[in-house]
Amino acid sequence: MMATIRRLFVPLTVMVLLFAFPLATTGFYLEFTSKVMILAIFALSLELLVGATGLVSLGHAAFYGIAAYATVLLSPKFGAASVFWLLPAAVTCSALYALLVGALSLRTRGVYFIMVTLAFAQMAYYVFHDTKLGGGTDGIYLNFKPEVILFGTKLLDPGKPVALYYVVLVSLVLVFLFLAVLLKSRFGRVLAGIKSNEQRMRAAGFATFPYKLAAFTLAGALAGLAGFLVAVKDGFVNPEMLSWHESGAVLLMLILGGMGRLSGAVLGAFAFALLQLFFQWEVVFGNFAKHWPLMLGGTIILCVAFMPNGLIGLPAQWRARRARKTTEEARA
Amino acid sequence: MPDTGAPLLRAHGVTRRFGGLAAVSEVSLDLAEGAIHAVIGTNGAGKSTLINVLAGEIAITGGSVELLGIDVTHWPQPKRAQAGLGRSYQRTTIFPRFSVFENCRLAAQATHQVPWNWWTAAADCPKSTALAREALDRTGLAGLADRTAGLLSHGEKRQLEIAMCVATRPRVLLLDEPLAGMGAEEAQRMVELLNRIKPTHAILLVEHDMDAVFRVSDRITVMVNGAVIASDVPAAVRADAEVQLAYLGEVHV
Repeated sequence: MMATIRRLFVPLTVMVLLFAFPLATTGFYLEFTSKVMILAIFALSLELLVGATGLVSLGHAAFYGIAAYATVLLSPKFGAASVFWLLPAAVTCSALYALLVGALSLRTRGVYFIMVTLAFAQMAYYVFHDTKLGGGTDGIYLNFKPEVILFGTKLLDPGKPVALYYVVLVSLVLVFLFLAVLLKSRFGRVLAGIKSNEQRMRAAGFATFPYKLAAFTLAGALAGLAGFLVAVKDGFVNPEMLSWHESGAVLLMLILGGMGRLSGAVLGAFAFALLQLFFQWEVVFGNFAKHWPLMLGGTIILCVAFMPNGLIGLPAQWRARRARKTTEEARA
Repeated sequence: MPDTGAPLLRAHGVTRRFGGLAAVSEVSLDLAEGAIHAVIGTNGAGKSTLINVLAGEIAITGGSVELLGIDVTHWPQPKRAQAGLGRSYQRTTIFPRFSVFENCRLAAQATHQVPWNWWTAAADCPKSTALAREALDRTGLAGLADRTAGLLSHGEKRQLEIAMCVATRPRVLLLDEPLAGMGAEEAQRMVELLNRIKPTHAILLVEHDMDAVFRVSDRITVMVNGAVIASDVPAAVRADAEVQLAYLGEVHV
């Protein structure tokens, strides 16, 4: 009982604070937090592949960007679409592309898998970058944000930052809980087994390919949810959302936060975004602030060197060090 | 019930070529329930390749494999495992970060996968937990159930790998050097374990520990350069002049 309370204390506190946050602030910080929570959903979707299944994909932004483009391109030009068909449609587009990419890339392993996923993402990137389909390099605007209307009542207006904030927060909580339950299920344990020792899984009688494909498609669909939310929030999409920078950034969030734990992905998204914001701060860094990627990169290298298990692994790391010190003292 | 008549696994003229090299050439053998069939031979004789071909881990070049009377020659490994074929590896192949119990439970889950049920915790799966408990009891690892698998001793890890095979309720077991790297005491425990699981399984044992092989085997097949040079009961193999020349003479039994 006490252990359960202690285990849930931090996540519940964070959740309560996030729910209360709009009471304290508006404007930039609210929008910034919305954006970071969307990135957290995106990071969680990649965590299902990298942390849970051991599949390092460097093309995850494709699924994020495709759903975002689908949200804009499927919306009618003159009027608002209903969330209840637009969201499933956008997520389905990402899931289908993930199914295709997964079916082909999961036949490879290790560095080849990284390269094939990257290639498929770049392919999608250049489709939007070099064709008129989505306005080319300029991107394209979402003229009307989708409506949330059920039985003739308007439930909320995603055009309002506070309403959108809560939509994103609830989505994040639901995705987190869904993945937490999923990873404990038989399906989730198979993914953990594949990550740990795929050879043993096949020897035990698991056909691992369909499991990996299911995980890849699901991860693509969840990245699609994040893409949908960001398109609705910003009302604008451009090809850079699909670029390998974005795929790399979300991978860095996982590395920073700590892989193998869902909370690591969320923490990583917040840490990454806050570091980025901090290094862009001209009050502190003056002109050097425009070199923020340099400082961010350096910080991440230091983090990897000194926190092998990411931010989420820090308490355990400290505990281990203290335990080591105590035994050394006892020996001395 | 033990069907001593028909063999559970039947290999007929099994051949595997790597380019011009025949790693396994025209090997035929039968595995019967309640019997341990050892395959011995020098390094590079093709013993591990034979296991890999029988398990479906590498494709066969020629010949056929029959499992419980069904032709499985071209079945992939997971399908063969589902049909009752378990195997262990020369290098310990377990899930080091999981508990001993979870190692067995996850292996047992292969018999009842229900991947679409995402809302029920795997720990509450009655079938796999029951199978895991049974496998741990049978292999004498029940006392270590909560330990982290990677922190076990070498001998215990080898035992765990066998327990994970047993947890999937196989009929046929292919064991690749289960005694590798073990001290005398650990080896003795493993021999006892093999004898304990023998009555309900057909076992193919690849092993270098000749002492143990001659103690536990009901039949021994000797391989040299991928081909079988002798296959008989242990006493007859020990007496075979060709075997002594090719293999045993060097080892000195």
